[in-house]
Amino acid sequence: MKPAKFSYVRADGLAQVLELLRQNGAEAQILAGGQSLLPALNMRLAQPKLLIDINRLEELKGISFEAGQVRIGALARHVEVAASPIVCQHLPLIAQAMAHVAHLAVRNRGTFGGSIALADPAAELPACALALDARFVVASSDGRREITAADFFKGIQATARRPDELLIEALIPVRQGRTPVFLELARRHGDFAIAGLAFQLLLEDGVVADGRLVYFASEDRPTLALRTLAAIRGQRLGPATAEAAVAALAEDLAPIDNAQASAKMRLHLQSVLTRRALAEAQARSTEPTRRP
Amino acid sequence: MSEETMPISLTVNGENVSRNVPVRQHLVDFLRTELGLTGTHLGCEHGSCGACSLRVDGLLVRGCLMLAVQTDGGEVVTIEGLDATGEIADLQAAFVERNALQCGFCTPGMLMAAAELMRAGGRKTRAEIRTHLAGNFCRCTGYHAIVDAVAVTLDRRANGGSNRV
Repeated sequence: MKPAKFSYVRADGLAQVLELLRQNGAEAQILAGGQSLLPALNMRLAQPKLLIDINRLEELKGISFEAGQVRIGALARHVEVAASPIVCQHLPLIAQAMAHVAHLAVRNRGTFGGSIALADPAAELPACALALDARFVVASSDGRREITAADFFKGIQATARRPDELLIEALIPVRQGRTPVFLELARRHGDFAIAGLAFQLLLEDGVVADGRLVYFASEDRPTLALRTLAAIRGQRLGPATAEAAVAALAEDLAPIDNAQASAKMRLHLQSVLTRRALAEAQARSTEPTRRP
Repeated sequence: MSEETMPISLTVNGENVSRNVPVRQHLVDFLRTELGLTGTHLGCEHGSCGACSLRVDGLLVRGCLMLAVQTDGGEVVTIEGLDATGEIADLQAAFVERNALQCGFCTPGMLMAAAELMRAGGRKTRAEIRTHLAGNFCRCTGYHAIVDAVAVTLDRRANGGSNRV
């Protein structure tokens, strides 16, 4: 199919975008990488009156590290994030996840901010942002505000961003000494996951001192698994600890049932991934410490 | 609502092109219907099949997931352009040699995607080739022969072979 008619503005400044959003609200859509919006337009699942193309906004681009946090501009393309030395050094969880994000042709266009703002429950980056305790900066003609990842994701493609707000950037604190593990299962490499996890573990001599365990492609948004963490906190990594995590998982996760996978199958797959992730963390914790 | 249009100027396969296009027209429809470049195929039209793969500003993209107006000022290279420059003449010959196409519908997109591996250079394992081509569907070959053609071409180049045939 072909997109329904719309008006198109190629924006050349942030103030212009915010004014258009103020005037048009939910009748306008932001065109960034377009890798989810264009399919929706082609299938007429989305029929906005106005398309605001933000691809030429310089202030939304780039990745930088300053004062203990990484800033990823909303327009940073997946290929840029994947190749960024800053991301590789400071956010290895995201570096691991990027290997699973879509296919080259999509990564060349798709943006970090687009993935966050779309909030697909099976997408990798919202899960990483939650595991890393990221904050998102959104702007409207009234000013800017920050929203934590924990408050941002509200449901299937639903977020705390108002229709008159634009996602500007993600601010991600860098925490040293964490062990990141990112795993997912998809039917074809690069497709959306049918189960996946993003762990940031603080290990002390093989014992789980703390961490953030996030599961995605299960519920309507990425899930921070607090009960699962409680079940393994203070425990030494090993098969018994992995089984304790798996036993607690059903208290954290009530997966959705759909054509891709049943709720029962998703819970099973997340258990499989949990065992693999903790084994991988254990293997990595016994490696000699590498200093950059 | 009337059909909104916008003037654009770009290069397509090295030639300057200026047209007034509907803002809702995606790049593949522009290439096929306005310019008659029918090598770029439209399969699913929602970014899943890879048949419309082409290069915009040097990067592999899905043509159905860009609007024509977004290429204003840019450079587009289609399979016709890639064929004309001979950049992957050896890969095209290997596709024939290995029977890496049957109906041929996916072939332009498959070649555009594989051309990125050729540009990167070096040998690749079959698993790496499959991962790279995972964004392109083929419903005839079962992929084996396509992976053969890509692997043999990478090997020949790594051994100093020319892309010319």
